[in-house]
Amino acid sequence: MADIISEYEDRLPPKIIEDVRNSIAKGISETKLKKLLEATCEEYKNSRVAPGESVGLIAAESIGEPGTQMTLNTFHFAGVAEMNVTLGLPRIIEILDGRKELDNPMMEIYLKKPFATGKKIEDLRHLALQIKETKLKDIATEFTINIADLTIEVKLDKDKMKEIDLTTGKVLDAISKQLKGYNLRDNKDSIVLKARSKEDSFNDSYKTKEKIKEINVKGIKGIFQVLPVKREEEFVIITAGSNLADILQLEEVDAYRTTTNNLFEIEHVLGIEAARQAIINEILKVIESQGLNVDVRHIMLVADTMCVSGTVKGITRYGVVSEKSSVLARASFETPIKHIINAALVGEVDNLDSVVENVMINQAIPIGTGLPGLTVKAPQKAAKEK
Amino acid sequence: MAEVYLNSKFVGNIDNPIEFVQKLREERRKGSVPDKLNVHYNERANEVQLESSKGRARRPLIIIKDGVPLLTEKHIKQLEKNEISWSDLVKQGVIEYLDAAEEENSLIAFFESELTPEHTHLEITPLGMLGYCTSLVPYGNFNQSTRLNAGSKNQKQALGFYASNFAVRMDMDVNLMHYPQRPIVNTIMHDISKYDTHPAGQNLVVAIMSYKGYNMEDAIVLNKGSIEKGLGRSTYYRPSIAEELRYAGGLIDQVCIPDKEVKGYKTEKDYRFLEDDGIIYPEAKVKEGDVVIGKTSPPRFLSSMEEYSLASSTRRESSINLKHGEEGVVDFVLITENEEGNRLVQVRLRDERVPEVGDKFTSRHGQKGIVGLIVPQSDMPFSASGIVPDLIFSPHGIPSRMTISHLIEMVAGKVGALAGRHINGTTFDAEPEERLRKELLSLGFRESGVETMYNGQTGEQYHAKIFIGDMYYLKLKHMVANKIHSRARGPIQLLTRQPTEGRAKEGGLRLGEMEKDTFVAHGASLLLKERFDSDKTVVPVCDSCGIIAIRDNYRNKSYCPVCGENVDVNDIEISYAFKLMLDEFKSLGIYPKLQLESKY
Repeated sequence: MADIISEYEDRLPPKIIEDVRNSIAKGISETKLKKLLEATCEEYKNSRVAPGESVGLIAAESIGEPGTQMTLNTFHFAGVAEMNVTLGLPRIIEILDGRKELDNPMMEIYLKKPFATGKKIEDLRHLALQIKETKLKDIATEFTINIADLTIEVKLDKDKMKEIDLTTGKVLDAISKQLKGYNLRDNKDSIVLKARSKEDSFNDSYKTKEKIKEINVKGIKGIFQVLPVKREEEFVIITAGSNLADILQLEEVDAYRTTTNNLFEIEHVLGIEAARQAIINEILKVIESQGLNVDVRHIMLVADTMCVSGTVKGITRYGVVSEKSSVLARASFETPIKHIINAALVGEVDNLDSVVENVMINQAIPIGTGLPGLTVKAPQKAAKEK
Repeated sequence: MAEVYLNSKFVGNIDNPIEFVQKLREERRKGSVPDKLNVHYNERANEVQLESSKGRARRPLIIIKDGVPLLTEKHIKQLEKNEISWSDLVKQGVIEYLDAAEEENSLIAFFESELTPEHTHLEITPLGMLGYCTSLVPYGNFNQSTRLNAGSKNQKQALGFYASNFAVRMDMDVNLMHYPQRPIVNTIMHDISKYDTHPAGQNLVVAIMSYKGYNMEDAIVLNKGSIEKGLGRSTYYRPSIAEELRYAGGLIDQVCIPDKEVKGYKTEKDYRFLEDDGIIYPEAKVKEGDVVIGKTSPPRFLSSMEEYSLASSTRRESSINLKHGEEGVVDFVLITENEEGNRLVQVRLRDERVPEVGDKFTSRHGQKGIVGLIVPQSDMPFSASGIVPDLIFSPHGIPSRMTISHLIEMVAGKVGALAGRHINGTTFDAEPEERLRKELLSLGFRESGVETMYNGQTGEQYHAKIFIGDMYYLKLKHMVANKIHSRARGPIQLLTRQPTEGRAKEGGLRLGEMEKDTFVAHGASLLLKERFDSDKTVVPVCDSCGIIAIRDNYRNKSYCPVCGENVDVNDIEISYAFKLMLDEFKSLGIYPKLQLESKY
């Protein structure tokens, strides 16, 4: 029986074969199975997109039309901390442009069993605080430079430090790790930094003063806000700011479900296939949040075009459009002069294979009814007679 | 210590800002400091801002002292007797003008009854916060502000009696309503502005119901009988202007009937209305293409012409004729001189505009609509007493827009019409709705304003009671006759050979980029090609160099300007715009080579 099914392996995709294998009744007769598989093949053939269908344009229209109904908003996340989420059209544009810097980077951190249940709220809070990045300036009240002996004094806010479970020793450790060439001294309520080299000028001290403000004394870099939220039965930590690589290193984190909205981090850490799925998920999230409905296959097509080259490319003149083979098509989409001149320099040939070029020269476009050509050669005799 | 700024420039410090500001205001009221000066003390920034510059919006308010307004009964009596005027009140320090900044330091009471000792000013009238057009909306305080804005904007576009000397004026694009009426439901502003000397609308009987779907989406249905009696009838005036321009060399344009030798002579028929002076006679009925003012101009390139041309006077035809779609009756002819001393001829055209499907009407509450159907009076619904509405308005226009004033005006108008009086509907100070309802009841109608109505075609009684009343309707200047446009073939642009754009040039309707996409999405490739065939051309292309060749029809032969005669030249069909683009590439030094291939 298995042989009969495997015979169809080149005619049907593995997923459908798998579905058939799982759903057939036991002891089915060979003729019946064959009939069923034939019917499946027929159904599969009919549900495929017809050749010459302009899938790209239909996808564009299917995403673009609901886009006109989308409200332009950034949604304000309710909670203890201030947190914004970009939604609606701005977010869609952000995703499709493939922007590296997001307006509101965010992560959803899922946790492993003991933490996820939230039985020990204290542990959860502790973990959240451990993730949140604390910079030196967040716990310092004052930075002063002593001009006479060129030392920098950082006055610490002991109450704040206690709140987030920091000791002066830990702060000293963090600074010494990230700042070389300075001697540190614990001066009870403050830290005093002194340069080891003698040639240190006031200017250098000033620069160091500004530099140490940004030193990370605790938590994970880039995560500037945390918010534990109960989602159905488990607790999830939502963060503002994103750093997927470092978060996944944490022992308590469930790396299988934890995610970020920064596509490039996903591409970097998890690879291009994950990035493709992330694009689909992120676009769907926006569309669903607006109460609209777009078929996934349109979004999948967009995600595929953004990822085919192996890296995430935005739908811009620097990204996907620059990969088009036709000069005229590229020139008709932003910065025409640049494309025409570069094409002229190297003597590019445009084969007029796609839609825009043919619209420009007023020829039938190779789509739909314009696609099929004559396969029979016209008799040569007619040409000779001429 | 507070800093003092005069017109945003620092002028000094003051020890006690509050006292200083108060003193300054008192001096201003006394008249020793100009009343143009406004003082603002910003407590947060601890600075005093003095402003006397131009361009600030300021508004008048009554000054309050110890909770008592300075404007007294005595003032009002004097005002009534015309003994004092507004400017006297300002001089006496009873009324002062505040700008936006100084308002921040004041507490302004809306009504006299609300006054407390803390108040510094009293509103003269709540109407003071509205502009002229907005004050003309009756019962405006029952509306959303956006609707008031829309309502006042619409009133500015209404046709009316715009100037009493209209008969001798030469305004561009004006309309005159034939039988304007003063509104039954009016406001104080109608009296103040003497609205009855320049009314801009008519009182119509309006029913709120649907009529066969012809009033959905803001359309309205009009009664044909009412239109024939003069509802919404107006005249459209448009002058044609010709000037006898002077050119270098003492040459001059000439208003006359052009000779047949003149370059660009039309046909004799086109000039048939012109009298001997080259100007059309009044009351001539003209249509598009007809010449209104005959005119000739001197030849364009005089110096070069004199050398070669044999005929000495080849003047050009430059008559003023009616543009595409224009028609009317010549109303008035004016011959005068302009600032440069050139003879100026103006001919005013008049066109009677009877309401038709597509004309725009509105009430005063931002409820504008287009005429969707004109129904014979016999088919219109009628009430038990035989009243037939002039206009049917859709009920769907009301809930989402929440124009309560629209409904109240209908009740008020009904009461006014039945009782034979005008109703005061001033915003914040109107005759209360309750009283109107009671009066309506006493006049023998349902107090809610609804009536039993009958289908005009079958005579059957409608199941629902219909809300019907009188209201003031305005005809807006947007009329279809000025906008209707279509084209099959027509003029093309010289440069691209694509159809011209716009109604005035009899242009095509653009099938834009997104519209093109719909054809692509359907895979209708050949249909799309056909739609874009408006500028198709056949050009010969040289086989060896790929550049556009030359067709010589005399020798019935094509040759290439680069490769000469002995090459293959093929004709291809492309859009002219593309050929133009190739030419532009060539002008930039880019060599666009066409490689031809057999299609099959």
